[in-house]
Parts: sequence; C-alpha cells; structure tokens
Amino acid sequence: MPSWTLLGQALISGLLAGGLYSLLGLGLSLSWGLLRLVDLSHFALAVLSAYVAYQLGTVHHLPVGLALALVVPGAFAFGVGLHWIFKRFAVGEFGSLLVTFSIAVLIETLIQWLWTADFRRYETPLASASIPVGPLFVPVLELIAFATAAVLAGLTWLWLTRSYVGKALRACAEDPSMAAAFGVHQQRLSFALSGLCSAFAAVAGIFVALISTLAPSQIWSWLGVIFAVVIIGRLGNPIGLLIASMAIGAAEGLAMAVFSPAWAPMVSFSILIVVLLWQPKWL
Amino acid sequence: MLAVLAMALACLPQLGLPAFYDSFFYLIFYWVSLATSWALLSGFAGYFSLGHAAYVGAGMYTSATLAAKFGWPFLATIPVAALVAALLGTGIGLLVFRLPRLRGELFALMTLAVTFIVATIILNTPIDGGAGVFLSAVPPPQLIESQSGSIYLLGLIMCMGTLATAWYVSHSRLGTGLYAIHDDEDVAQAKGVPTFRYKLAAIALSSGIAGAVGGIHAIYVGFLTVGETFNIGVPLSVILMCVLGGARHWFGPAIGATVITVLLFGLASSGQTTLGRAAVALILVAAVLWLPEGVMASLAERRRRRELAAAGQDVPEAPSPSPSQSQPQSQSQASDSATPALEPAVHDATPQPVASTLATAPVVLSIRDVHKRFGGVHALRGATLDIRRGEILGLIGPNGCGKTTLINMITGQFPLSSGTILLEGQALSGLPPYRIARTGIARTYQIPRPFAHMTVLRNVALCAQFGGTDTAGSARFEEEARYWLSFCGLSARAGNVPAELNLRERKVLELARALAARPRVLLLDEVMSGLNPAEVDTAIRLVRRIRDQGTTIVFVEHLMRAVVQLSDRVAVMNEGAVLTVGDPQDVMRDPRVVAIYFGHRHVA
Repeated sequence: MPSWTLLGQALISGLLAGGLYSLLGLGLSLSWGLLRLVDLSHFALAVLSAYVAYQLGTVHHLPVGLALALVVPGAFAFGVGLHWIFKRFAVGEFGSLLVTFSIAVLIETLIQWLWTADFRRYETPLASASIPVGPLFVPVLELIAFATAAVLAGLTWLWLTRSYVGKALRACAEDPSMAAAFGVHQQRLSFALSGLCSAFAAVAGIFVALISTLAPSQIWSWLGVIFAVVIIGRLGNPIGLLIASMAIGAAEGLAMAVFSPAWAPMVSFSILIVVLLWQPKWL
Repeated sequence: MLAVLAMALACLPQLGLPAFYDSFFYLIFYWVSLATSWALLSGFAGYFSLGHAAYVGAGMYTSATLAAKFGWPFLATIPVAALVAALLGTGIGLLVFRLPRLRGELFALMTLAVTFIVATIILNTPIDGGAGVFLSAVPPPQLIESQSGSIYLLGLIMCMGTLATAWYVSHSRLGTGLYAIHDDEDVAQAKGVPTFRYKLAAIALSSGIAGAVGGIHAIYVGFLTVGETFNIGVPLSVILMCVLGGARHWFGPAIGATVITVLLFGLASSGQTTLGRAAVALILVAAVLWLPEGVMASLAERRRRRELAAAGQDVPEAPSPSPSQSQPQSQSQASDSATPALEPAVHDATPQPVASTLATAPVVLSIRDVHKRFGGVHALRGATLDIRRGEILGLIGPNGCGKTTLINMITGQFPLSSGTILLEGQALSGLPPYRIARTGIARTYQIPRPFAHMTVLRNVALCAQFGGTDTAGSARFEEEARYWLSFCGLSARAGNVPAELNLRERKVLELARALAARPRVLLLDEVMSGLNPAEVDTAIRLVRRIRDQGTTIVFVEHLMRAVVQLSDRVAVMNEGAVLTVGDPQDVMRDPRVVAIYFGHRHVA
C-alpha cells in the first residue's frame, strides 16, 4: 500500500488529468449529442494541432499564444468543411463514424510523413513548474489546462441553456423538422457548432502538446477514456462531462499509484462497463 | 458452383507453383473469411463493429500461446481460438445489446475500445509481456508436403467454411431475422423476431469465425506483436471490403475483400505500406459517400428492376380495389362520403345478429388498471377495458389521450408502470414484445414502418414466419404471404420495395403484415388516416372481411364515419383512462363524450 502522500499526489494528478479529458471530450460530446455525428477524427485533429504547436514552438520559436491564434481558426474551418461533406452526402451516424475514422487514419499518415513516428517533446519552462501545497505539488501546466476545461465547460453550458442559439441547437437535436417549423435556421447553426467542436479539439491539442509526449499513434490512445467520459457525462452535457472526467481521472490516478501505470487504460473501461450495466437515469 | 471452385483451388498447391502464390492466395482467403465473418453481424444486422482486431487478436494469441508455450498440436488450438473469441464477442453483446438507447454507435465504440483493452491485457501479462511471441519452434500442420501449401489449404478450408456459413445464415430464419433487425429493430421485435437472442447468435458466430481465422493466421505470420496484431487497420480494411462489396449480401464481402487485397498487395510489394493504409482510408470515404449500399446490393437492385420490368409491373398502377373486393355497396358508399361523417350510415349498420351474440362472447383481451409514466408524463392513468372475442372495438378519444400508448402497452413495446394485461387469462405484461407477438397479437403502425430493404412479399412472409409458432421452410411462408397480399389486394406490388409504394399501399402493406401473423387480436392504429373517401370504403370492407375470419379487432381511429360503420362497440379514452364503452350510437350521445370530444366541430 503506497503512502498517503503518494495517494494524495496521485489524486491531484488524476483530477487535473480529468481537465485534459474534459477538453478533449467537449467537442465530441457536443457533436455527438447535438448534431448526431460521431467524430472519430476529433482526436486526430487534436494531435495534429499539438504537432503544429510543437512545430511553431520548437522550430520557429513562436510563443504558444500565437500557435493558439493560428491553430484554432484552422480547426474551425476544418469542422465547417467536415460538416459540409456530411450535409452534402446526407451522411448518417454510422457513415459519420466511418468517414471520420478514415479521416483520422489519413491525418495519422500525414503526421507520420511530416514528423515521422518518433516521439517528440515540446519543452517549455512551464512544464516542470509546480506549486507546493503542504507535502503535495500541484503542476502549473495541468492546473491551467484544468482551469481552461472548467471555464470552457461552464461557458458552453451557459450558452446551451441560457442563450437563444443554444436552446435552438438543443431543439434541433431533439426534433430537427419541428425546430425548423418554429423558425430555427438549423443549417447555419449546425455549421457553426461543427466548427466550434473542432476548435475545441485544437485548444485541447495545444495542451496535449505542452503536457505529454507526442507520437502519431497517440490519436488512438485517448479513444477509450474520452469516449467513456463523454458517455458517462451524458452526450451534449458539458458539466456532466467535466464531472465524469474528474471522476475517471481520479480513479485512474489512484489505480496507477496502487497497481501499475500500465493498467491505467483498464480503469475507464471498467467504469464505463459498470455504468452501462447499472444504467442510471441520467445516462 | 462454389464447390467446383473450391476443388479447383484445392488442387492449386499440387501444380508446383512458387510458394509466393500460396502466400498470395492465402492472404485473399484470410481477408475474405474476416470480411465475411464481420458481415454476419455488422452487415446482416447493421451493428457496425470496429473491434474485429480484438477477435482476431484473441484467436491469434490463443493459438500461439497454446502451441508455443504448452506444446499443443497446432490444429487443436484453432477450435479453442474460436471459442475464446466467441466468448469475448458474446460478452460484449450481453453488455451492449441490453441497452435500449444508443445501441448502434455505442456498440461500434465499445468494440473499438475493447480492442485496446484486450491489447493492454495481453501486453501487460505473460501472454505477450511486451516481447512478442515466436512460433518458429511450433511444427506447422502437415496437410500436404509443402508447408506453405498446408497453410494455403487451411486458409481455403476456413474461407469456404465461412462462405458456406454466411450463405446458410442469409437463407435461414436467423438471417431473415437479422435483416429485419437491420431495417427496424423495434418493428422486428413486434413482429416476433427474438432480437436479443439473434444478435447474440450473430456476434458469437462472427467473433468465433474471426477467432479461428486469427488462429490460423498466427502460424502464417510466425511472430506476434501486440502492435501489429491489434492494428486499427484490421477493422478499417474489413469494413471497407464489406462496404465496397455490399455487406448485406453473403457474397458481397468476398468480392470487396478480393479487390482490396489484390490492390493492397500491389502497394505493399512496392514498399508503400503507409501509403496503402491511407489509400484504404480514402477508398472507404469514397465508398461511404458514393456507394453506400455496395456492389452486390447495386447488382441485386438492378436485377430486381429488370424482373419487374419483364413482368410489366414497374409502372406504378392506379390504386384500385381488386375484383374480389368489389361489392354492390361500393357505389352507394362512395357517394355517401361527402355527407357529414358523424351522421351514422344507417343503411350500412352492423347486422344485429352479430351484435347480440357478441354481448355474450367471452373476453379475449383484458386490460386491468394499466398505468404508464414517461418521466413526468402520466400517459395512462388506470386504463381498464375488456375486449370480447370476435368483436370490432373502436377506440377513440382526443389527441394525446393515450390510445396509441395503450396499443404500445398491449404489444409490449414499453413496459407497464403498473397494472396487468391478460390474453385469454394469460398475462402479457412483462413478456418481451416478440413473445407477445407469438401469443397472437398483431398491430399496424399509424405511420407505416415497413422493412425498407425487403420487397413487399418478403415483408409479409417475414411476419408469417415469425408471427406464428411453427418454423417450417420459407417457401410455405411466401405462399402464405401471397395469399394475404391477394386478400388485401396488393398482389401486383409483391416484387416492389416499400419506397415504391404510395401511402394507401403502404397502409395496406401494414395490414397484410399484421394479418400474416394470423393474430387472435388485431390492433389497428389509424389505418384510415390520410386515405381518400373511396380508399376508406375499400379499407372498411377489408376490416370487415378480416373480422369475418374470426379475428378480434381493436382499431384506433379519428375518422368517425369508419368508427360508426365498423364498430360493434366504441370505447372512449380521455386523459389516460377509458371514459365509457358501449354501443356506438349510445356512446356518441353520451354528454360526457360530447363534452370532451365533440365540444369542437369535428370534420372528417
């Protein structure tokens, strides 16, 4: 049994890792919940954004803020383009799964071609900075990622529940033709939402670049845990997503400390399976 | 024909060709088997799996471990590999197929994630341990002299076995049920298809075959690593092959697999593996966007159209009642249709003798204090109703009063919140919908929900096959289906698909499907809505003829003319309960009924 300090540290890392999960899951949850499109290329886009940020930062020595300013609009355009394809060919949920799956493979190939399959590390002074809290340390970068995730989740939630546009989007998800009958311009809204989802992927990608080691195969390593938090947190619900991410992150952190880091991928799936068996009302 | 091809292919290693050809053909067999096994569940039933690598990997590692570490003879490991993979697949199915919502997408993602879970387990345990497993010490099976020839033969046997399985399934009761699940799972269940059991059977078959194929593949590759085995390229290629060839047809995946394998082999031999993967991805996108049904489906559709054209039936006919239905009344009724619907059509009243015997007829369906809540909405609040054998009961009430909900409760589409429903003393509540369908209850849907990919004839034959309790050959069900189609006057449309029917024909198809199950109680949900007056007359006569066969009928209807002309008794629902039941004339005069229902002017 590890010491309490170690467990506490594992819990903090886990909760903060949940912030990154939430960031990566936000766009996915929105597009699945509100547009009924499952976007597997979301992870690929995030990792691609991470590589672009890495390239701009380490090769061209540009600040991270500038990378953000370049990558996010690019991702937005990608999302709009993707949605245009789905609309143009009337692609359904399954079709979207297959098409985005293929796009993810294409992006993976592109990354492999441009940056090779070697591991890359984006070194910044922030990477090793941490704030001591008693015997524990809170890593600064992860804390910023978590804060960003919380702010984005909160804003998205407010936007969906309070604004006219958000309500219109939720109405479209429930019943598109009825919403259209009430004068909701679904087409334009869905393009904007798809763009926004991809922009979220880019934001998440910047933090992926800063926090973790980059490799093309990383695209697939997030898949399990992110889909687990998106489903457990309920589709299209940013706050639920944030809570689920924190819970799963914490559980993974503890599992890593108690067992072995290699077993961490098992945690999210065990939890997902338990939740699916239990089938709570909010799912 | 397949047998001849198999014999010819079996002789190939004896020709003394270079080993390269053995290897090349083995790869084709490998992919044809995998793609076909994928289609058994995902193509036939429409549950897309992204986890085929998990089954193949489970099979490969099972065979490799048993052969390399425990010294089993290689051939003996293959059934075990199949079993392990089948158990894995069945486990996933047990978990996901129970969920009523999120079924399809959730299944796809679950299977993909399971791939990573299985990979993690194998990587972190002594099964692989990160170093990979060598099979160089394992003596390869000796079917014939040459080693590559033996592996070739194993692949060929596996491939032919898989194709035979796919052919058999697609022509069996199981396959018919799976096709129905693909088109509309709720309706399939309501027509008597045991959906949960069938999906489990399909996933067990699919994953088991993939496991056996993986087992054989272990000796072909000779060295297993987790990264190569649980490669995302496996499900990607398999899906592409099926989408390209047509996943609903038993032979479609084989065509797609052959084309893609030859293509990839060409790219790989020129050293472009990464590019090959990208090419596969690109073709998949193009196939989903431009050829969503696949090659075989397009060919089958063309053949169907040609046959229809040859029979001179491709031109949509004017919807006219068949000669058997023409009765002297039709003229007078057609002219009556302009009169206010509420006015009882006296000249066409139900013959009195029937009504008087009905008063003493035994209760066939008994609904006792049924409640249903959907979240906060209390849709049914203690509905109680007895339906007597052989009667036609009209169920009316304002919109949202719970008429359709009551039908959904009787057929078991949703579980009751409380109360009981008895069919001749036997409790229906709590039974799954397919069991209820087999007790002799059939329904139509207000908005017709035919199986979109089946012809009209097959739509009806399926209901005959699954609605009853016996399981005889499918030829007899087609005969029965033809009878019901001619009974309903839809014979001319037997070879068409539902999309080619007009609204009236679709409604009649709904009726024919319900009748084909030979129900004791028939529940009709607004079969008349949207029909023109002449069509309504035809429908009314049809309903009478159905009752004359001894079927009890409950029909929900807003069209008062039909209600008054048809009903022996009328039940009025309001706010989730049955307000009153009785003779149509009396019920219509009931002040309470007038207040809730006829307070506004009603126009039919």
